[in-house]
Parts: sequence; structure tokens; C-alpha cells
Amino acid sequence: MIPLDDTDRAILRALAADATLGAGALGRHLGLSQPATWRRIRRLTEAGILAGRRLVLDQAALGFGVTVFLGVTLAAKGRVSLADFERAVSAIPEVQTVQHVLGLYEYRLRVVARDLADFERVLRRRILTLPGIGAVDANVLLSEERRPGPL
Amino acid sequence: MQTDDTDRRLLRHLMADPAQPMAELARRAAMTEATASRRLDRLRAAGILKGQQAVIDWRKLGWEVEVSLRITLDKTDPRAFDDFIAAAREVPEVLEIQTFLGRVDVRLNVIARDMAHYQTVYRSRILTLPHIADLEALMHIADIKRGEALPL
Repeated sequence: MIPLDDTDRAILRALAADATLGAGALGRHLGLSQPATWRRIRRLTEAGILAGRRLVLDQAALGFGVTVFLGVTLAAKGRVSLADFERAVSAIPEVQTVQHVLGLYEYRLRVVARDLADFERVLRRRILTLPGIGAVDANVLLSEERRPGPL
Repeated sequence: MQTDDTDRRLLRHLMADPAQPMAELARRAAMTEATASRRLDRLRAAGILKGQQAVIDWRKLGWEVEVSLRITLDKTDPRAFDDFIAAAREVPEVLEIQTFLGRVDVRLNVIARDMAHYQTVYRSRILTLPHIADLEALMHIADIKRGEALPL
């Protein structure tokens, strides 16, 4: 783990809010030269701390009005290959994220759909037909906010 | 604004690699650079493309524990949601706040340096949040699929 100073943390905070900021603009904001800022960004990227970018899109405007989180329990534990399940669930385009978790469920899925009827289609045809699927618990997302985190 | 297949194709390629140069994006999406930037400007102006955020790998910063806390609120108090969310925003270890329609009311994504630290955060910052009726925890083991790509 590489040590961070306050300037590194300020860079991470700024890029987490807007990843398109260049080293020049970011450096001016922080009172650093462009090359010095660029070197710090490169160091954070090489250490794997800056791990890519995500696009922020208005999903509803693009026709995806519904996001549902599914808690999935596998049936017949021990007889189901986790790798088979993971491969099959990851291949479903509407499944945006798959997390392996420990607790009430084994997997947590984020599923996007055009509307509730479309979600029902995805659930019946694609999710409930997965190898080894057991109980599924669904919660419809109403709002979501990302926080800057402990920087 | 109405989006067409060309917009969706452009966004699909941009989503796959948001940092790529415009020339590369235009080539992959099979259009000229001028068309690509004009369309992206239009999507931005319409509020459809809201921006790009850097993804921070908290594990690489020494935050080893990630827990998803599913919370049911005491909804007899009409201010339960607002009070709870305002207080949760004050906890630095909270990375995400989501509200739901279903069995769960709110989910918090919480990180900690290790289990001992998680215990401290859980006791001193989470259990003290207002209007909690019930709470269950899912410990995050691994990301199997990430990126939140839209099936455009």
C-alpha cells in the first residue's frame, strides 16, 4: 500500500467527482504544476487506486426505468458449481453487477430493465432459469447516491 | 431529446472505455470524430450523459472490509427516511446510500479498514443512526461482474 498525502487525497476526491479533469486544470485548482499533478495521477493509477472510470448516465432517459436488486440463494448447496452459476449470471446483459456475499444471501445482483413488465420477463426467462438458482428476493431501487468516502 | 441507434452505439463504446481518446471512440463507433463529438455534446446538453467519475479501489487504500447493510426503518415517524439519510451522509465510511421499495427500506454500503475497525464503525456510527427498526448485514466477498454497463 502506498502512502498518500493530503494532495493525493484532494486529487482522488476531485477525480471521483469529475474524471475528465485534466492534469492542467486539476493542478491549477490544487496549486500544483501540470507535470507534478500528472506524475501523482500516474502513481495513483499504477498503484491500482484509480481503477478506471464510470459513465454517469440518465438511465431513465435511455429507456431503462427500473433497477432492481436481487438477493439470490443457491439451491442444493454442494451440488451446484459456483463457477457455472457465476458464468451464466454474468452473461445476462441486464445484470449489471454480481457480488458474492456472505450472509442471508449468496449473491447480490443489480438488474436493469425498461419497466416492471420487462423486469418480469428478465426474471422469469433469464434469472429463474439459471443453473442452481434457489430463492430470490427483490427490492426495487427508488434512489441512489454515491458518497465521496473516507478521503 | 430522443436518442437513436447511433447515440446508443456511441454510448456503448464510450461505456466500454470512458478514457479513450475521441479519435479512437469515433473509429470504434464507425463515425467521424466531428459526428462523435457533436453527438456527445448533444447528449451532455440533454442531461443524458451526466459525466464521468473515477472509480477508487478502496482495498488498495487499505480498506479491506466492505459490508452491505440492509435496513428497515420505523416508518411510524414520517421523518424517518429524511432523518436517517441526513445522518448517514455524515458517516465518512458510508460509500453508497440507496432507498428501496420492498422488504428493505435503505441500503448502506460501508467500508472499514479491518474487522475490528468495522466493529467500531458499526457500534458507534451505524447503530446510532435514527429510526432503525431492523438491520441485517451482507459481507462482501468478491465482485464477479462490475462496471454497471447498460445493455444499450
